[in-house]
Amino acid sequence: MMQWLSMGGYWMYLWPSYLLTFLVLVLNVGYARRSARLARLEALRRVQGAAAQQGRS
Amino acid sequence: MSPGKAGWRLVQRDLRLGLRRPGEWLQPLVFFLVVTTLFPLATSPELSRLRDMAPGALWVAALLSSLLALELLFREDGQDGTLEQLAVSGLPLPWLLLAKTCVHWLLTGLPLVLAGPLVATALGAPYASIPGVFAALLLGSGALSLIGAVGAALTLGLRRGGVLLALLVLPLAVPVLIFGARATSLAIAQDPMTAPMYLLGAIAVLSATLAPLAAAAAVRISLE
Amino acid sequence: MDWTWFHRFGSPPHFYRIAGKLIPWFAWLAALTGVAGLIGGLILAPPDYQQGEGYRIIYVHVPAAVLSTMAYAVMATAAGVGLIWRMNVAHAVAASCAAIGASFTFLALVTGSLWGRPMWGTYWQWDPRLTSELVMLFLYLGYMGLRGAIDDTARADRASAVLALVGVINLPIIHYSVDWWNSLHQGHTLLKFSKPSMPPSMLVPLLLLMLGFVLYFAAIVLVRSRGEVLRRERNARWIAELLGAPS
Repeated sequence: MMQWLSMGGYWMYLWPSYLLTFLVLVLNVGYARRSARLARLEALRRVQGAAAQQGRS
Repeated sequence: MSPGKAGWRLVQRDLRLGLRRPGEWLQPLVFFLVVTTLFPLATSPELSRLRDMAPGALWVAALLSSLLALELLFREDGQDGTLEQLAVSGLPLPWLLLAKTCVHWLLTGLPLVLAGPLVATALGAPYASIPGVFAALLLGSGALSLIGAVGAALTLGLRRGGVLLALLVLPLAVPVLIFGARATSLAIAQDPMTAPMYLLGAIAVLSATLAPLAAAAAVRISLE
Repeated sequence: MDWTWFHRFGSPPHFYRIAGKLIPWFAWLAALTGVAGLIGGLILAPPDYQQGEGYRIIYVHVPAAVLSTMAYAVMATAAGVGLIWRMNVAHAVAASCAAIGASFTFLALVTGSLWGRPMWGTYWQWDPRLTSELVMLFLYLGYMGLRGAIDDTARADRASAVLALVGVINLPIIHYSVDWWNSLHQGHTLLKFSKPSMPPSMLVPLLLLMLGFVLYFAAIVLVRSRGEVLRRERNARWIAELLGAPS
């Protein structure tokens, strides 16, 4: 197990690469979903605003 | 009015307006001279070391100067509505913008092309390299003006557009920088510089044909 | 040829619904192929004759690099379609590609740098492929900067579309730079039109991970695009129906 982790001595370069990749992938999922959620809320608010205006007029 | 005649009229007009305020248009040249002076001050006055740095210093300074100069290209005409008139005139906008860019190059790029070889000799380049440095700067500065015009059109009227303009234009100008500096260093070493000059030429031709089209599209987008 | 499918795809409510159905498929398949590729690459594949275990960085570096250029190609294509056909959906897709494309480019540069240090002895080299990849990162950042600087969404869409198209010139330079110049970077191993020069035990995990990254990219872009489409929609009725608000 330790031998696998040390990756023939290259662990210092290899594991940071993999961890950074994992981090970037996870962060992008988070930001993408956040952006979509915010857009959805904005759109709902816009729609409800317009509906309220129509209801009043 | 035919496009050719309109283009020529535009060139005359822009030249007349530009020469009315020479101070403005000389600033990029002064900036170029100041920046290239900074290199020997910041590193070492030893000519042999300066000679190694000269191509890079020359081209970075030229690139930065042309970025500064880009502000002048569309600023006046954008603000007073002339650009809009040109856009709706029915004349081919790419052609008109090419005319404007040519005048802009004459006023801001050509001084750099003329001063560049002299600055190079001040940085240790042999006198025999002057024609080569001149030729490389000629092609390169033209390409930079054209590429820069696209960036200037995209950032027309934006607040703090200057910084953004630099961010947009620099990546696109990288090939010019690379081949220009390469050609210059070959000229200084008195080696044949045909390869990078061909590539610089290709870039210049490509810019002259495509950049006005992109700039015209960008101007229309910015004006609506 | 019947182009109705193209125009229907450009209809925002249609796109929103279809994208919503596709996302879970892409996401789960991405996870599956990714895990399979990781197991194959980190555990099952044998060590390299020259590079020992260190070559395994290839399993994240190459997918990231490939996706960085692919994302730009998708972004530029979508931008072009949006510009020519005035399609908001296309502009939404283009906008969605930028952040993830920049991320992949950054990842390719950093993992490449970490791979280069033990193998070539240097973290960085100003050779054509590395330089043009770095330039592409600047193009992405410029694209995002331009979008951010323009308040009006329509103008931002169209201006950034022009920028994206102008930057396309960089892509063939990156791809062919290893042919045109003597470069420190390795030559083509995969996209040659002859047999790839990697043994299957090493190649298969790489292909799996590349597929996984592509599916992941598709999922991310679709997630973001749905939001971007909503932002550009003026006609409220389908939004109200779809999102279940009283109208």
